[in-house]
Amino acid sequence: MHEMGIAMQIAEIAVASIPEELQHSRVKRVNLKVGKLSAVVTDSLRFCFEVVTRETPLEGAVLAVEEIPVTARCKDCRHEWTIDSPVFSCSRCSSGAVELLSGRELDIESIEIAEEDG
Amino acid sequence: MTGRHENMSELFDFSFLHRPHHERSHHDHPGSDPRRHHDPQPAGGNNTGGKGSREIQVARRVLDANEEMARRNRQIFSDHGIFVLNMMSSPGSGKTTTLEKTLVRLMPEIRTAVIVGDICTTHDADRLAGSGAPVVQVNTDAFGGDCHLSAQMIEKAAAGIHLNSLDLLIVENIGNLVCPAEFDIGEDARVVVLSVTEGEDKPAKYPLMFRECDAALLNKIDLLPYLDYDRQAAVDFIHQVHPGMPVFEISAKTEEGLDAWIEWLTAAIRRKRSG
Repeated sequence: MHEMGIAMQIAEIAVASIPEELQHSRVKRVNLKVGKLSAVVTDSLRFCFEVVTRETPLEGAVLAVEEIPVTARCKDCRHEWTIDSPVFSCSRCSSGAVELLSGRELDIESIEIAEEDG
Repeated sequence: MTGRHENMSELFDFSFLHRPHHERSHHDHPGSDPRRHHDPQPAGGNNTGGKGSREIQVARRVLDANEEMARRNRQIFSDHGIFVLNMMSSPGSGKTTTLEKTLVRLMPEIRTAVIVGDICTTHDADRLAGSGAPVVQVNTDAFGGDCHLSAQMIEKAAAGIHLNSLDLLIVENIGNLVCPAEFDIGEDARVVVLSVTEGEDKPAKYPLMFRECDAALLNKIDLLPYLDYDRQAAVDFIHQVHPGMPVFEISAKTEEGLDAWIEWLTAAIRRKRSG
């Protein structure tokens, strides 16, 4: 529901990441990692990103979203597994002492900038 | 949300980078293209030499601005010895009534202030002001009708509260089981209020909220005789998502079960005080 705010943050970080010498270049792609536990709807985020980047160096850039699965480690038996249903106890020993290893990401990995000739 | 797009140039100063709109061909890319570095996008601007793209590593959390502000809030509250509780729930679960009854039991021994978030209206703040606690209402429509309270809104609201004479700050978040779970506001503990008029499987539908919270209140148990509600199933779903989380079954209306909840909260406050 807060995709517009997220899209604005992504735009701000992406623009701030354009190196000095490439300030006049076009950003072709923004690579984003989104954990499956994060409350972000990807399609809605893409729509908002398109809206907020109009008439900016990000206009037309692809928002590439890599979905990160929820993985966990059992603090008791050290078992590691992927959580694909809302059950957060160890799939081997049933312990509830679980540490999440991934799934909460909402990270900008990188931006890709078109190489200029001039 | 209207007006937000028009404000973009005020929020981000892109002017130094602006190019005429017509210079670029419009995006003809599906957003789901998973491959990098062989982007056949028609050339726009000066990109005519057939060169590829240059990848710049960023590696930043999108919400790092909020997280930084939450850290600052947490430090300020800690410096003043204030325990901060973030109360979340779906709309209509009885957060405000629970809070009213909680304040009656805590005050005046535990000096408490409340920040109430709503998209519109001051109805909740008006109700809570009856307790004598200082109440600050945050209406998020000024921020674009947001669905959660952010660390920045808390910082702004806290500026209107005398922190020196306070033991506890309770933040009544926007009624929503999705978004508030994502935003750290600088709190010490999070509780989620669920009521028996909602589905038993809410925790499984909104796992992040129930993972992120430290306790759950199952409210409106006075209605159980009139409902086909399986309270054990609800508790089981909570523990499936968050094994071991304390669940307090309460009726804010009749005050049944409130003692255990108040005991949990005051113990948490005492723990923080004694460092």
